[in-house]
Amino acid sequence: MSELEDQFEELEIEALPLDAWHRAKGGRMVEFAGYHMPVQYEGIIAEHLWTREHAGLFDVSHMGQLQLSGDGVDAAVEALLPIDLSTLKLGMQRYSLLLDEDGGILDDLMVSRWPDSLYVVVNGATKWDDIAHLREHLPDEVTLNHLDDRALLALQGPEAFAALERHVSGEWPLSALTFMRFGKFMLGGAEVSISRSGYTGEDGFEISLPADAAELIAELLCGEPEVKPIGLGARDSLRLEAGLPLYGHDLGPGTSPIEAGLNFAINKRRRSEGEFLGADRVLSELAEGAPRKWVGLTLEGRQAARECAEVFAGSEKVGVLTSGGFSPSLEKPIAAAYVALAQAAPGTALEIEVRGKRLAATVTSLPFVPHRYHR
Amino acid sequence: MPLYYTQDHEWIDVDGDTGTVGITDYAQGQLGDITFVELPEPGATLKKGDAPCVVDSVKAASDVYAPVSGTVTEANAALEGEPELVNTDPESGGWLFRLTLSNTSELGGLMDRAAYDEYVAGL
Repeated sequence: MSELEDQFEELEIEALPLDAWHRAKGGRMVEFAGYHMPVQYEGIIAEHLWTREHAGLFDVSHMGQLQLSGDGVDAAVEALLPIDLSTLKLGMQRYSLLLDEDGGILDDLMVSRWPDSLYVVVNGATKWDDIAHLREHLPDEVTLNHLDDRALLALQGPEAFAALERHVSGEWPLSALTFMRFGKFMLGGAEVSISRSGYTGEDGFEISLPADAAELIAELLCGEPEVKPIGLGARDSLRLEAGLPLYGHDLGPGTSPIEAGLNFAINKRRRSEGEFLGADRVLSELAEGAPRKWVGLTLEGRQAARECAEVFAGSEKVGVLTSGGFSPSLEKPIAAAYVALAQAAPGTALEIEVRGKRLAATVTSLPFVPHRYHR
Repeated sequence: MPLYYTQDHEWIDVDGDTGTVGITDYAQGQLGDITFVELPEPGATLKKGDAPCVVDSVKAASDVYAPVSGTVTEANAALEGEPELVNTDPESGGWLFRLTLSNTSELGGLMDRAAYDEYVAGL
């Protein structure tokens, strides 16, 4: 056997607040984004299907939680992100992108309007670079706080609401939150910030909480009959089925928002005004289209194709997979790739080369599995 | 029938000059949910260390190496419909392929169960 641990090697890495808790729950720990994290507990397929049917608790404390405040914070942030903060009211959250001068994607992130600040959640693997980029580009009047004393949990799945509602109290009922809204609540004796969002395609919540309350709250939620802890493996298969791109794989400095199909992240006012890093390329691709597009692929048979596998139309190489794996919900392999525009229409027959063999694949509309957000 | 094990977590069950090859329970546990197995064709000639077989799990594809040299006589057809047999019954019903050994002296370099268990305990 080879490559038993090919994607997740053990290195010198840090422990997150729930490290001991994951181990006690039987989590198999791997290195991810500089931390020990659980790749699975009982098994990726079982955890994946449990989340689609019930509710899964994901520890995403590796992600960066940042708070930006100070005079002119909105204008300063708008100079870096293609977001319209004038329409982001208190209690709202929005997906946005950190772009470089060339319109490449430095990170994808969530921005929320807190009473006197903006709260930003960025990817774990990129957080240190993001912080450096923000510090370099933001004016002195804007203060950046890295909220590294907070943990982040995601509770995802159709039964997430029922399980969480039993434990929260606050000014508003939990039902006041619809997709991409957030509020402050009490949970397990701690003050937490809860947003109705996630990265599985399911209804669900992301809970920012004090790190020292993480174990108590994780235990509280997993004590509910609907909830099991879920590892990184299922998090990846769930997000791919939901057609959600993963930074560092599907998105990076070499990809633009328009190629990636993230046009919605370029807010309306910013399309006419521009004036954000990378605007030249982004606005020109919005007007004229990008030469290639990020598409879904459904494979025939059961053999999966993975990231970096080459995609062909006849003898011509037309792209490279950025993600790929077996879909537990669809019980077949799925993948995603940037392909030339001529091959991007759903229904286009392509081939993917795996170990010298060509596997038949068809371009498929994203998401593979419909979203079930609570709007 | 003597069972032998490799450091790469294959087992081979030898009866005369016929061997049945699979992966160990430890290996399937490390790989997680197995979704597909690419098997060798009968008649294929293998040298010790060749990779005639690929086990696909949800997270990764892994080669299975030939523990000894020989000629493939049969692949486990049941795995086409039920690749998860490698998870549920790795050291019996989840066998991968059978071969006729061309050099039984190669078995001398393999481990017995006790040695393999000790090897795994040290990983």
